[in-house]
This record gives sequence, C-alpha cells and structure tokens, in this order.
Amino acid sequence: MLAVASFKRWLFRLYGPEAAPIILTQRRVYVLPTGAGLTYAAALGLMLIGAINYNLSLGYALIFLLAGLGLVALLHTFRNLVQIEISPGRAEPVFAGDMAHFGLQLLNRRKQGRFAVSLNLAGGKAVSTDLAADAATAVNLPLPAARRGWLRPGRATLQTRYPLCLVRAWGYVEPDMRCLVYPRPEASPPPLPLSASGEAGGARSGKGTEDFSGLRTHQPADSPRHVAWKAVARGQPLLTKQFTGASTAQVWLDWNDLPPDLDIEARLSRLTRWLLDAHAQGLSYGLCLPGKTIPLDQGTRQFQDCLEALALHGS
Amino acid sequence: MAAKRSASPVLARAQELWLLACAVLTLVPDVEHAPAWLIAAAAVALAWRAAIWWRRTELPPRWLLSFLVAAGSVGVFLTYRQFFGKDPGIALLILFLALKLLEMRRVRDGLAVIFLCYFLLLTHFLNEQGLDVAGLTLAALIVITAALASLAHAGQSVAACLRLSATMLAQAAPFMLVLFLLFPRVQGPLWGMPADAYSGMSGLSDTMSPGSISNLSLSGEIAFRARFEGEIPPKQLLYWRGPVLRQFDGRTWRAGAQQEKVSLPDTAPGETVRYAVTLEPHNKHWLFALEMPAVPPPGAIVSREYQVLSKTPVRSRLRYEMQSRPGFVPDADESDATLRTHLNLPANNPRTRALAEQWRRETGQAAGQNEAVIRRMLDHFRQESFFYTLTPPLLGENGIDQFLFETRRGFCEHYASAFVFAMRAAGIPARVVTGYQGGERNPVDGYLIVRQSDAHAWAEAWLEGRGWVRVDPTAAVAPNRIEAGLASAVPAGEPLPFLVRADLSWLRQIRFRWEAVTNTWNQWVLGYDPQRQREVLSRLGMREPDWKAMTAVMAALCGFLLLGLTAWALHKRVRLDPTLRTWNRLSRKLARLGLARKDWEGPADYVQRVALARPELAQPLSAIAALYIDLRYGKLGGKKPRQKLRGLIADLKIASER
Repeated sequence: MLAVASFKRWLFRLYGPEAAPIILTQRRVYVLPTGAGLTYAAALGLMLIGAINYNLSLGYALIFLLAGLGLVALLHTFRNLVQIEISPGRAEPVFAGDMAHFGLQLLNRRKQGRFAVSLNLAGGKAVSTDLAADAATAVNLPLPAARRGWLRPGRATLQTRYPLCLVRAWGYVEPDMRCLVYPRPEASPPPLPLSASGEAGGARSGKGTEDFSGLRTHQPADSPRHVAWKAVARGQPLLTKQFTGASTAQVWLDWNDLPPDLDIEARLSRLTRWLLDAHAQGLSYGLCLPGKTIPLDQGTRQFQDCLEALALHGS
Repeated sequence: MAAKRSASPVLARAQELWLLACAVLTLVPDVEHAPAWLIAAAAVALAWRAAIWWRRTELPPRWLLSFLVAAGSVGVFLTYRQFFGKDPGIALLILFLALKLLEMRRVRDGLAVIFLCYFLLLTHFLNEQGLDVAGLTLAALIVITAALASLAHAGQSVAACLRLSATMLAQAAPFMLVLFLLFPRVQGPLWGMPADAYSGMSGLSDTMSPGSISNLSLSGEIAFRARFEGEIPPKQLLYWRGPVLRQFDGRTWRAGAQQEKVSLPDTAPGETVRYAVTLEPHNKHWLFALEMPAVPPPGAIVSREYQVLSKTPVRSRLRYEMQSRPGFVPDADESDATLRTHLNLPANNPRTRALAEQWRRETGQAAGQNEAVIRRMLDHFRQESFFYTLTPPLLGENGIDQFLFETRRGFCEHYASAFVFAMRAAGIPARVVTGYQGGERNPVDGYLIVRQSDAHAWAEAWLEGRGWVRVDPTAAVAPNRIEAGLASAVPAGEPLPFLVRADLSWLRQIRFRWEAVTNTWNQWVLGYDPQRQREVLSRLGMREPDWKAMTAVMAALCGFLLLGLTAWALHKRVRLDPTLRTWNRLSRKLARLGLARKDWEGPADYVQRVALARPELAQPLSAIAALYIDLRYGKLGGKKPRQKLRGLIADLKIASER
C-alpha cells in the first residue's frame, strides 16, 4: 500500500503545495483514452476486419483516416490542457458545514481558446470552464468544509475531453492556499449571556440597537434587520445602519462560564453562535478562551479576530 | 483518478440536431440498396425524432423501442432468411441507427449514434468505391466528426465545429497516407464469403442463348482495361477470348467441363504481344486474353480450349500480365475423340441441317473441302438479305431454322450459333467462342477500354492440318462491327448505350478524361493489394518489403508525425504587441552598456535611470519614451508612428566605452 502510494507520488509528481504560478508543463499532463475512446478503437478494429474480408481498399483508407483522427484527438486534448498557468486566488472564510470556495486564476497564454476544462478538488464537485484566448479566467472550486481550522484544498485535478470525447487529458496541481473554517454555529443555543456580562455593561435594555448613528457599507455578516432598506429602495447600494453611543450593551463571551458538561467543539459552537448574535445586535463584546483573551470592542475587525480565534482554538 | 464516475450529461438541443443530420446524411446512400420497407421505416423513425425535437415532447417508452427492435429484426430475417452476411448486416445497422435516435437522451447515446454512422459509411463501399463516393464520404465524415466535436462541448457554433473537424481530419490525413501505404495488406476474404457478397456484377456467362449477348451490349460499363507494351494491335485482331461453348441443346450453348491444358507450345510461330489487363470483378473464374494466350499469369491456368481461368472467382478488381500470340492457330493434332464431341447436335432445326448436308454434297465429302463449306456458309450470310441488329425478333422451338430462313435478323450470337450448328451438320468440328471484340483507346492515358457493349460471339472450326481456325460470321454480315465497333455496325436509331454513340464526340472526350482519372484511381487506390504494395514499396526503395519491415517503417513514420503534432501542440504563440516589440529593441541595445530594462520598470522609470547613468542620452531617450508611452497607452496608433519609434531607437548612438 505504501509502495503504491509512493509510486503514485512519483508518477504524478505530487510534492505538496507548490509556489505560484504553477505551469502545467507537458510532463505533468497525462492522457488516456476514455471509455468512448476504447469503443471507438474497437469499432475501428471491427471495421478493419470487414474491410480485409471484403477487400475494400477505400475502406482501409476510411479506417486509417479515422485511426489518424484518434491520434490527432489525443494531441488536441493534450494541447487543450498543457501550459495552463494556475495561480491561487482568494478563499473566503466559511463556517464548518458550509461549502468552501477556492478561487483559482487560470491563465491561457495561447492565441486560441481552450474549451471544456473541468476542475475539481478531491471530494468536491467539478467546475467546467472555457478559457478565452490570451486571457485569465477565474474559477471557484467548491469543497465541503467539515471541520473548523485551516482547510487546505489539497490536490486539484484539471481534466478535459475536448474536442472529441475520445481521450481524457488530466493533470494535478496543488496550489499553496488555505481557507479559514469557523466553527459551526450552534443551531438552537441559549440566549446571549448578557446577565453574565458583569457590572461593566450597566443597562441591558438593548438601547444600543436603537440609537441610530450613521450608515456604513454592508458586510456579509451583518444582520438583515440592520440593512437600510429605504436606502436600497432609493437605488443606493446595500448599507448597514450603525448604532453607537455610550448606551451600547456589552457582553463577555467566556469559555469558562459555559456548562462544564459541554465538550470543546460544542463550546466553540455555542460561542460562535453568540458571537454572531452579538455582532448582529451591534453589541460590544469580548472573547475569553483558555490561553487567549480578546478585549471588549465592536466592528468588523473585532468580529473577524474573534471568529479566527474560535476557528484556530487549540491548533 | 479521484474524479467520480458521474452520469453522462443530457444532450443539448443543438447536439440532437447535429446527430439527426448525421443520421440523415449517412442513410441517404442506403436508399438505393436497402430493402424498401426498411428505408420507409427509417424515414418514419427520423421524422418522428425530428417531430419530438421540434415539439419538445417525450421520447417513446423503452418497451415500445424494444418491441420495434424485435419487429425490425424479424423483418430483416424474413427478408434475407439469415442474420449473417453483408446485406442483413447493413440492414440491422440501419435499423439500430434509426431506433437509437429514438432513445437518444444523453451524450453517451450520441456517441453510439456517431460510431454507428462511421460504421455505416464503411458499408457504402461494399456497393461502390468510385471517386465520387469517396468525395461524398469525405463530406459526410467532416459533418459526423463535427457532430462528435459538438458532443464534447455544447456551446460551439456550427462553423466552429465544422472548422475543427476539417482541421483534425486534415491533420489525420498524413497518418492515413502512411498507414495506407505501409499497413501490411492481407488478401481477403478472412472467412467464407456469404453467397450474396457479389450479387449484381454483370458480364459474360458460361452459357449463350439468343439475346444474352445483345442484352449485355446495351451496357456501357467497363469490362476491363488493357495496357499494351508497344502498339495496340489492329482492331481485327482484338479478339478477347472468354468462355468456349461446346454443348448445344437446340437453344442454349454451354461450356461443359473444363480441363487444364497439359502443356502450352512454347515455340509457336508469330510475334508475341505483351500487355496487362485490369479486369473488373465479375464473380466468375475466367480471365480475358487476346487470342491465343501464350503464358498465363500466376494463379491462373489455360484450359484445353485455350481459355484462361483463375483459380478463384474474380471478386475484386484484378490486374494481371499476359502474353498472347495473335497469329497462332492451335491444336492441329487434336484427338479424334475430342473432335467427335464437337460434332454432337440435338435432333432439331431440320431445315438448317438439310441445307448444310446439301452444301456438303455439292462441295464433296473430302476433308480438304471443309474450307469450301465454310465459304458457302459465309457467302450465304453475305448474299442473302441478313441484317445485323441489336433488337432481333424472338425465336421459337427451332430457333436456328427460324433465323436462317424466316427472320434473318440477328446479333452476333445468332450468327455464331447458326454457323456452328451448320458446320457440325456438315461434319466439320466447330464450337462457339464468346468474349469481347475490339475496344477503344483512351487518348488521355493510352489504355484500351473494353466495355460490355464490346461483348461478342464468334466461331472456331477445326481444319485438317491447321487446327482451330477462327471464323467470325458476324464479319460477313456487318464488317464494320469488327473494324469500327458496334456503333457503326447497327442501323441508325437502334438503342445503343448512350455514350457509345458516334454523334456525341465532345461528351466522349469528357468521358475519356473522367475514365482516365477513374483508371488511375482504380489502379493506385482501389487496386492497392498485397502485390501492388510490394511493387510500390520496392520502387520506393524498400529492399525486402515483408510485414516486419513495413510495420517498422510504419511505426517510425507515425512516430515522426506524432512528434510533429506534439511540437505543434506545445508551440506557444504568444503575441507580442508590435509596439512592445519595438520598445524591447531599446532594452537590447542598451544592454550592451549594462543598462537593460528590469522586468518591473515602466518606460518613464527606465529612461530616468539610463539618463542618470548616461546624461548624454537623456535628450533622445525622453523623446523615445514619450513616443512609446503615447503609442502604447495613449490614443496614438498605426504603422507610421511605430516606424518613427523604431527609427529613433535605431538612430540612438551609444558609445560602449566613453
């Protein structure tokens, strides 16, 4: 088993993440006939027997032309894939259980386009794309994010059957990129532990969400309840209403205050949910994990810092 | 490898249309040959599928299709009484293609349709392999391959698919050429041929009854072509010997059993004519040779009647080399037993018999008077009012009597038959010889073309001390037939083959040209058999063209072609902007001073850096940079400013050492 794995690694030149740009050189593109290609070859064999039996000289010519077509298809399929340049793009953080998307830039330096190139990550769905002539094309490769932490895309497979479906050419690349996966927010958690936030918060009337102070550009994590829908109706971009002022409520999201019977992941899951709620309500919040404490603050930056701390806890 | 095996994608509408077009294109040539019910059924299936496409309705259910397959197969079996063989095989393929269209949902089904189409293209060659068929097949091939290309990528335009297909086939053509020349040819058949393989070939038969040759004469088809070393002999010597008929039952002449000639005389008088014949297939054993054959080709024998016989029936176009001695009269020493069999007659045609016996009595019984009897017969044909015609009246029970004494209108088989009958009745051993007489020289390539319309029958009579002498009674009635051909011999207004007629000379010119092209095609493409292959390869310089050497050379050449294609596949054509190319000249020039442009440097920064190092260049460089920036990033464009930029760079004087 180990021998097979190391043979595969040698054959397909799998040496771990590579520096960008990764050029799919001819030594990294493999070609084999598809099932249809094998059927095609078998049909040609049958036809050849018929041509021999009936002395069809023109039949020989037809069969040889079709055999040549098969070889030409091999080269065309190879050509459709070779020398693509791949550079890693962005991979937006996601929550565990969601679909992570790894962005890749495919650069085609040729004067002709490339067609029906399909890409997939091990365990992810395939994405098919055409590459325009002398241009870069962006693709997003989906991969289910099962666990929190850093998710590496691993090996990406590029493959194509263009132009005749008879041959499959493929190559492997391992772009050096990763995607941050936040813990999965608990589905039905207890309410935010505002009462447990200590004396610093004072009033917990939630006035902080009432005092309108201004607008800022919308962030994906913002609650839809805070979107300035009236502004949208006037044709303005998505904006989020901001609420500030001394009356802003404060909350401490503390690992140690959670019930002792919860395990690590369940704790992280609940804290994530609370964090989302607190951010959506525009509260000022702090996070307290074993070995890491983030002081009270609010805003996008604080939100991301806390999520990252939760995602990478213990790693 | 990790890719999951997923279901084949569903066909797009454009792809379905491509596949329908392929099926129509492939099935059209079958209309002529396949059974009518099958063609009708296929047409209905195609129309049904087109309606489904148009109205976007559901495909028929699977049970219905299974039923149709079963019913169609039964129909094929009832038509041919078997499933194996050429015609039932083609019929089944047509059936499968038509019904596959009706269950065509996914790309995988589309691929099956394409492969069926390719296969059916091959079967068209069973009927015909002419240049026109080759052209049509190539056109169909381009369309089918374009459809295959559309299956791999749904969004392509029709023009893009066709262009891709034509390009790929053009790239495949060199492989075809190499494989065609070098693939070790095997002489078929590999297994026993089904009986129907060669139905529909026309030509002489080994029997002759009134009307059999005149029917054949209405066909302008080519029987064979001959190429002579040296001059073509004069027309009256061009008797191409075919089946020799000895037995007569009152109506039909038959060949009887064939025996091989024990030995051919090798020192016969007269000159030898050498020539090569390319014989069209006729599914019979005999080969045609000028009288009298001297040396048979390999794989053939000469019978006791001097007929050249191939060991296997001629089922594909055959080329053979022959030698003949036109002046040779054979078998002066024929045995009495053999001669007696050439006197047998049935007991009918009493009037002819009486006439012959009367001539015999008048000339005398001596064997030396045989020639006089023959002359009496020919004079009879000449002096009485006999007519040479392609449309003789039908004859009854005593056909020869009727012909000689009543109708007096006949074609060559009537004259030959009556002559031999009369000679036998007069006690002279005689037999009928069928074959072709004459032929037409194609001025374009010098081949002598012999058509079915040149079919002829003549007679041989055995004369003491001379042997079997050729007597052509037709020549007595219509000497033009022998000297100038059929067209000038039959009365005007008779239904001659269209292009044999004398009044269409310009059409004949075109026909000669076309036939010369066809002949080249036949000789070099269709006639490329194992023997031809060895010939060609040794002429190309292969010393021992056996299958090992051929395979090795073939593999090497294919390897070279693949290498060439690989180079093409890897060739990166990065188009540099012409302005950028000109700009790069500056960097190359300044590189001599160690001041090449760095990759990240823009024009302004670069020029500034160079100007710092070489202040004397500052002035011209800033002009160059300004022009370049305008050209590449500004509104300025065109050839003239680019040339100006090139001129400025060229004029830049740099002294490598100050």
